[in-house]
Amino acid sequence: MKHTLTFNRYLILLAVMLTASVGDTLLSHGMSQVGPVSVHHLGLLLIAMRNPWVIAGITLLIGFFASYLTALSWADLTFVLPSTAFGYVVVALLAKFWQHETISLYRWLGILLIVCGVGFVANGPSLTEHAPAQSDQPEQA
Amino acid sequence: MTLVSAAETWATISTVALTAVAGDILTAGAMRRIGDLDLIRAKSGLIGAIKAVIGSPMFLFGVCSMAVSFFTLLFTLSVVDVSLAAPASAAMTYIGNAFAAKFFLHENVDRRRWISAAFVTAGVMLLAK
Repeated sequence: MKHTLTFNRYLILLAVMLTASVGDTLLSHGMSQVGPVSVHHLGLLLIAMRNPWVIAGITLLIGFFASYLTALSWADLTFVLPSTAFGYVVVALLAKFWQHETISLYRWLGILLIVCGVGFVANGPSLTEHAPAQSDQPEQA
Repeated sequence: MTLVSAAETWATISTVALTAVAGDILTAGAMRRIGDLDLIRAKSGLIGAIKAVIGSPMFLFGVCSMAVSFFTLLFTLSVVDVSLAAPASAAMTYIGNAFAAKFFLHENVDRRRWISAAFVTAGVMLLAK
């Protein structure tokens, strides 16, 4: 049996891709406003927790872990992991179009390879079908 | 900036990757044992689903392993260049996960999934350039 995904499950995978990358970007933006944290000024971390960008970033990362665990409950690890890698592509595109960073040719090539890798695995079955235990098999006459 | 020998550099990077793979495999194995979270949530609600997940020792070991990986990465980044440590540990983690998923979770890692793991690994390394 080929395991294919319903629309809702594709939405969960989309959440896995987007929440981690957007969450990291928001955390990075928030921490750049807070400033560098040193061992002698760990109290700054508590101040960082009041920054709205940091709060939004942490909320998205909690959402990432919840959607990642949900995906692992009905799909193989080797099916879900490439989806998480797609987050690198989202970060690179956010850096290009939101932060106006320059993306080198190497990075565009990396983005292309990750998109191809995700495409390969997305076309296959999402879950390995294991044979039922011997006791579950109907007895042969 | 690399402040340690080549052997120590690769030992710390390998530790980051190994503990990350252990965390991923334990977490994925726990979720497989627990079953479809969508069904559990429909039957027992969100609280029931959360209880099912955090009540699994395998899941808790997985999270501990992920935490060890995170702190090892922080240590590694303090002694090894980020341009080497981040892509090398990420690449080793992707390939290691493909092997570990095949042998420990008995996933059907066919040619399509090997190619995917190789493409993603190469892509992550190029992104760090």
